[in-house]
Amino acid sequence: MHKESAIREPLILGHKTYHDITEDVCRSIEGKAPKAWYIMFGIALLIGLYGIGCILYLLGTGIGTWGLNKTVEWAWDITNFVWWVGIGHAGTLISAVLLLFRQKWRMAINRSSEAMTIFAVFMAGLFPLIHMGRLWVGYWVLPLPNQFGSLWVNFNSPLLWDVFAISTYLSVSLVFWYIGLLPDFATIRDRAKSPVAKKIYSILSFGWSGRAKHWNRFEIVSLVLAGLATPLVFSVHSIVSFDFATSIIPGWHTTIFPPYFVAGAVFSGFAMVQTLLLVLRKGMKLEAYIHTKHVEYMNIVIMVTGSIVGVAYLTELFMSWYSGVEYEAYAFINRATGPYWWAYASMMTCNVISPQLMWFKKLRRSLLFTFFISIVVNIGMWFERFVIIVTSIHQDYLPSSWSMFYPTWTDIGIYIGTIGIFFVFYLLYARYFPVLAISEVKTILKSSGESYKNDTTPTHSPVIDTPAEAVAPSKKETSKVSTEDKSGKISSLLDKIGAGDASSKNDLKLISGVGPKLEETLNNIGIFTFEQVSKMTKAEYDLLDSITGSFPGRAERDDWAAQAKELMNKTK
Amino acid sequence: MADRVIYAMYDDDDVIKDAAKALVTDGIHISDVFSPFPIHGIDPIIGVKHTRMGIVAFMFGLTGLMLALIGMRYFMVVDWPMNIGGKPNFSLLENLPSFIPITFEFTVLFAGHGMAITYLLRNKTLPGMPADNPHPRTTDDRFVMEIRLSENSNFSSEELHTKLKQTAIVEIEEKEYKIIK
Repeated sequence: MHKESAIREPLILGHKTYHDITEDVCRSIEGKAPKAWYIMFGIALLIGLYGIGCILYLLGTGIGTWGLNKTVEWAWDITNFVWWVGIGHAGTLISAVLLLFRQKWRMAINRSSEAMTIFAVFMAGLFPLIHMGRLWVGYWVLPLPNQFGSLWVNFNSPLLWDVFAISTYLSVSLVFWYIGLLPDFATIRDRAKSPVAKKIYSILSFGWSGRAKHWNRFEIVSLVLAGLATPLVFSVHSIVSFDFATSIIPGWHTTIFPPYFVAGAVFSGFAMVQTLLLVLRKGMKLEAYIHTKHVEYMNIVIMVTGSIVGVAYLTELFMSWYSGVEYEAYAFINRATGPYWWAYASMMTCNVISPQLMWFKKLRRSLLFTFFISIVVNIGMWFERFVIIVTSIHQDYLPSSWSMFYPTWTDIGIYIGTIGIFFVFYLLYARYFPVLAISEVKTILKSSGESYKNDTTPTHSPVIDTPAEAVAPSKKETSKVSTEDKSGKISSLLDKIGAGDASSKNDLKLISGVGPKLEETLNNIGIFTFEQVSKMTKAEYDLLDSITGSFPGRAERDDWAAQAKELMNKTK
Repeated sequence: MADRVIYAMYDDDDVIKDAAKALVTDGIHISDVFSPFPIHGIDPIIGVKHTRMGIVAFMFGLTGLMLALIGMRYFMVVDWPMNIGGKPNFSLLENLPSFIPITFEFTVLFAGHGMAITYLLRNKTLPGMPADNPHPRTTDDRFVMEIRLSENSNFSSEELHTKLKQTAIVEIEEKEYKIIK
């Protein structure tokens, strides 16, 4: 087993067993959703529906419902697109790049950030589609044989590269995410009690059974997908930046754009992960798995990428002067001092200054401060795109056509609406999907779990501690106790816990420690229901052990009575 | 005679690994191990070969790369060469730089999906497929060894039971071997 340095902070706090991990993640799926979930879902749904209404209005009436004009012919649509794609970068970065770097802390956050990625890319993809104006001919972006003769799409255009990049990114991320989800859906399937849930999760889990060969393939497939997704992440936002960088608009055609956009995307993506996970861990009581150390790691990423973005801003300014091109210089002077100075100022404050605060250990370990900064960064990154897009074009070469951009309520509605739709998806995900990669977290339990690292693990399982050769075979022999003795014991046991009825039989296998074999034995004795088991005490356990003769001390250790009580309450 | 199978259950990954090692040394063939997460190091013990999924991904990637290049050459060079912004498309080589992004994306698209589909088919994990783990808790915190009697003809059922009970076992069960999928 891989050993981890003792001075490294544990990734899983407290003492957890494999079963605890399953319980902690499945609790929210199997239990009732809290009221807060319904409230948030309701709000998100309303906003999302309003957004859909705005989109329908846009499609019915036309792009004229946006605030675009002859000079500013590209504004919120593309701003929102780049903003969402940027957010969608953290997920695959966390799951792919950090997997290649063997960063184990990613296991607590990869599932949720990948979900965020996928939903964010959905939202991003919406904008180019609706901004075509005619959604129903959206398939024209693909190189399909058509009735217009040899009319193919232009493979020299970054806009077409975008189509391929975004759709590849979305589908590969989805596959990556789902392959990781299969084993966890299987866990939920095998625990599900209601037939409907069982059916749904068995379809979702594709019949995953966890064979050794399958796990072998699983690991390689994850690794190769990570290797493929890593350059993919970088290519996607590079290509998004080509949309601007290959144009000849001052302020856009900068060769620094690809690395700068990628850093910005990671920056905003991690900020969104922080926003979501800080709420998620609290709401789902996952503090043991996603704790201050994880938040600190993410804050360091935010700090580094934020600094790269800051350097890129300054480089841009320097190059606009150093190039000696007056149009280029004007674009930047206008950004900082023109009518949109406030957007530029908020971008600079949110993106350059705020991440620098993360140098202070106290601040980057403060959850409240992190949450605040993550929101600030999200706002700042939206302004960055707005600044790049609108301020570069609103005062073009012809002063008579200079103008400002004023969003209409359709602009605002669609933007706010996508946030609503995003949260509808995310809340549904948080409710019905395993938000932690259960199987992956289990693999790091022994190397990075707190109690395993400082050797405070409570004696794990006496089955292992007692020399097995001594116990197992010899005790099995005791099942040959004389029959009279046995029947006497059985009746005294049943006296205490009450006679059971085979017709009102419960599934005793649900009790941890009871397998099909043991259930059969229990049924033979006359124990059929949780109620009976719940009445058992130490004396009854001993009696039971002497009757069955198998696995002594087991019932007590696993505390069947308490388990049975819980199960009784669940089935009621 | 129908084949019979013994399912031996353990409650720890390191324990099942040690047990497997001991049993294999005794000459017992372990058909499979069911576990809630990958047990590192168990594959060589029970004789699971290294997967060839990486090769599959490479082959699919190569296919994607070729298709992208062939496609773009046909669309942009052969079928309808266009002079776009002074960047004429008259030969594949000259125009290659602007074909690189899509060639890359297509390679990744094919490699990723090709491998994923192969993975699902080989694992027989597809929507609607039944699960065949012997116990529901093998996806939670139990580790089960599958030992088929037909593959261990040197041992009788009793001998296997005794041998298994010498390891730190939690539960043992023998039943008819059924192929679910």
